[in-house]
Amino acid sequence: MTGVITLADGAGGKASRKLVEGLFLAELRNPLLEPLGDAALVSANGTRLAFTTDSYVVRPLRFPGGDIGELAVNGTVNDLAVFGAIPLALTAGFVLEEGFPLEELRAIARSMARAAQDASVSVAAGDTKVVERGAADGLYVTTSGIGLLDPRVELDVTRVRPGDRVLVSGGIAEHGIAVMLARGNLELELDVESDTAALHGLTAALCALGRELRWMRDPTRGGLATTLNELAGGAGATVVLREEAIPVREDVRAACEILGIDPLYVANEGKLVAVVAPDAADRALALLGALPLGADAALIGEIRADDIPLVLVDTPFGGSRIVDMLVGDPLPRIC
Amino acid sequence: MCLGVPGQILERLDDGLAKVDFTGVRRTVSVAFTPEAEPGDWVLVHVGFALATIDEDEARATLDLLGEAIAAELEPAGNKLLQKGRG
Amino acid sequence: MKYVDEYRDGRAAKAIAAELRTLVRPGSHVKLMEVCGGHTHAIYRHGLDALLPGEVELVHGPGCPVCVIPLGRVDDAICLAERPEVTLASFGDMLRVPGGRRRSLLEAKARGADVRVVYSPLDALGLAVAEPEREVVFFGVGFETTAPATALTLLRARREQVRNFSVFCNHVLIGPALRAILDSPETQIDGFVGPGHVSTVIGTRPYDFVCSEYHRPVVVAGFEPTDILQAVAMLLRQLRDGRAEVENEYGRVVRAEGNPAALAALAEVFAVRPDFEWRGLGAIPRSGLRIADAFADWDAERRFEVPGARIEDPKACRCGDVLRGLAKPYECGVFGTACTPEQPLGTCMVSSEGACAAYYAYGRHRRVA
Repeated sequence: MTGVITLADGAGGKASRKLVEGLFLAELRNPLLEPLGDAALVSANGTRLAFTTDSYVVRPLRFPGGDIGELAVNGTVNDLAVFGAIPLALTAGFVLEEGFPLEELRAIARSMARAAQDASVSVAAGDTKVVERGAADGLYVTTSGIGLLDPRVELDVTRVRPGDRVLVSGGIAEHGIAVMLARGNLELELDVESDTAALHGLTAALCALGRELRWMRDPTRGGLATTLNELAGGAGATVVLREEAIPVREDVRAACEILGIDPLYVANEGKLVAVVAPDAADRALALLGALPLGADAALIGEIRADDIPLVLVDTPFGGSRIVDMLVGDPLPRIC
Repeated sequence: MCLGVPGQILERLDDGLAKVDFTGVRRTVSVAFTPEAEPGDWVLVHVGFALATIDEDEARATLDLLGEAIAAELEPAGNKLLQKGRG
Repeated sequence: MKYVDEYRDGRAAKAIAAELRTLVRPGSHVKLMEVCGGHTHAIYRHGLDALLPGEVELVHGPGCPVCVIPLGRVDDAICLAERPEVTLASFGDMLRVPGGRRRSLLEAKARGADVRVVYSPLDALGLAVAEPEREVVFFGVGFETTAPATALTLLRARREQVRNFSVFCNHVLIGPALRAILDSPETQIDGFVGPGHVSTVIGTRPYDFVCSEYHRPVVVAGFEPTDILQAVAMLLRQLRDGRAEVENEYGRVVRAEGNPAALAALAEVFAVRPDFEWRGLGAIPRSGLRIADAFADWDAERRFEVPGARIEDPKACRCGDVLRGLAKPYECGVFGTACTPEQPLGTCMVSSEGACAAYYAYGRHRRVA
């Protein structure tokens, strides 16, 4: 690691992972933290709970399809949901910059209320701090959440087996492109919105599969590629995808072509990746497809035994390529 | 090198610029190097500049070659069917 | 996507691949160089090397304008970015390229430099107009494909008298680089896949010398999978027939005469430097562009002091050999170990179309397996 934090450390890919493992895990080491899942499993008197936290520093604060408040609620609800937990309550911590307009803050709070209602969860406690003008970029939000584990499932990446199928709940790359364009430097116009959404409905539906549901995650920063690399690493196997099966909206794909960015690396905020037993794939697709958020659900690949845990994409040309973990942010390129 | 993406001119703007559509994505593009391009024409765009108009006839000719290649590949199979029919 | 998807037809690609097998003598060895980094990237991204007969070896050339920028020039750009009054606008490609002390523009940004990614040089000019209190410097990189865009931007800057805008010009020319490769005694390239988008500007005639003086065939190719495979087929046919001609596979956008308006803009705004250093290839005469005197007020090199140091490549780095097609990425001693996409030693590993980065990202597992 270099001597200072760089932007790459927060991008969700290799650099982020190095920071978490090399610094935080090294210092905080304890059994609850070790699995480095999206949530921690906490047991109390026989009741199994999921506990998670996340911070939101997105710029701009408001973008097509949502704002930081909505992101903060959905993001934490989703971390609980993919863990197999029913969200019970959230807390929200705000770091506010001196001079931040109250009207904007109220709008963000309203977004959070709406998102919490949609997710059937309450923001039960919170905290606010104010820092001097110039720090905090307007506003930072941290949400924590607690949820009750669904007894029907045992979600663990080590339960993933060769032959298991990989599904995604819908089209990828929408959030990242929406935010990239909202930042205003790239001068592209398209009607894409962030896909921010609460996934608890989709995850609850999949939990009906019981033990045939192996693992779930919501791919956020670093995109589908990063999440699947975590899957491959955790399962100690290769994830093989079929390029043509990966759902991407046509205009989002065009934007990625223009910018030279691979949609697999672009952030999502309302998508689900699930690994299921081979025989359960059709039922899983049906369960997802029955819900509005899962209308474009697709079977995109499978798990293959291999000595080296990798993510491979089979191209329509009989070849394949490795999809590595992201190194820093996906940057537009001209070459 | 050189990412070039095909787009269709939606309208000409002032000052050598045009609004171009790329399958639902729109961008203002300089057509200084393709002054003859009209709305409806397709151009190849690199770093916000149209470098060439796409020649429909040439494009089709290239696709025809691809079609021939596919047909040539399928031919042996066709011959087998023919022989089966005779036998 | 129209004019894209049709050329990504899997059946057509496999059909051409079958034809390729009939165009080589079994057991022979044909070495074809794809000059342009975009071809390298496309080949690996679509897994096309799996479709080539074993007799055909594709070698990656120096057509990666990001890869060939010397360490010293990257340091100069970082220096400019670190000036408090400067906003350095750059293509995303350059952000992770390491300079002399393995620092990059991205790191400079993390340390507080105002570095902004733009898609077009016109957007950089737009920044200057929108933020008159900033000195906006555009980091101009690229071959003849990209140089006309910079040229037009400078013409516009001068016309509108945008005084807080300048360009740090690192544009390079493909012709001299090709000649340098052909003149290199160790090079044994049988044919060239020509750079499709450079050719929309310069046309196909600039490659005539490769055939007339060096007796190698050139086929200018597009960037979709079937374009590349078709071009390989055309090269193999030429080699089989003993021909050495310039052919154009990319007729839908490349014309023999190129783009006269773009060439005129280049001639007006740029002059050719006596020589320019290419990373790994050394100094190549008349291969780099500088801003002409008529546009001196918009030349960052004249407006600001830059160190201008000439920095040696790290000893272990074999980028030069890789760029000349003399070594494969995995033959470099530090490939994948001291030199990785996260901690690149050489630019072949940083640029997404650099041979090493492409190989690391896409082709690595074939060696590993």
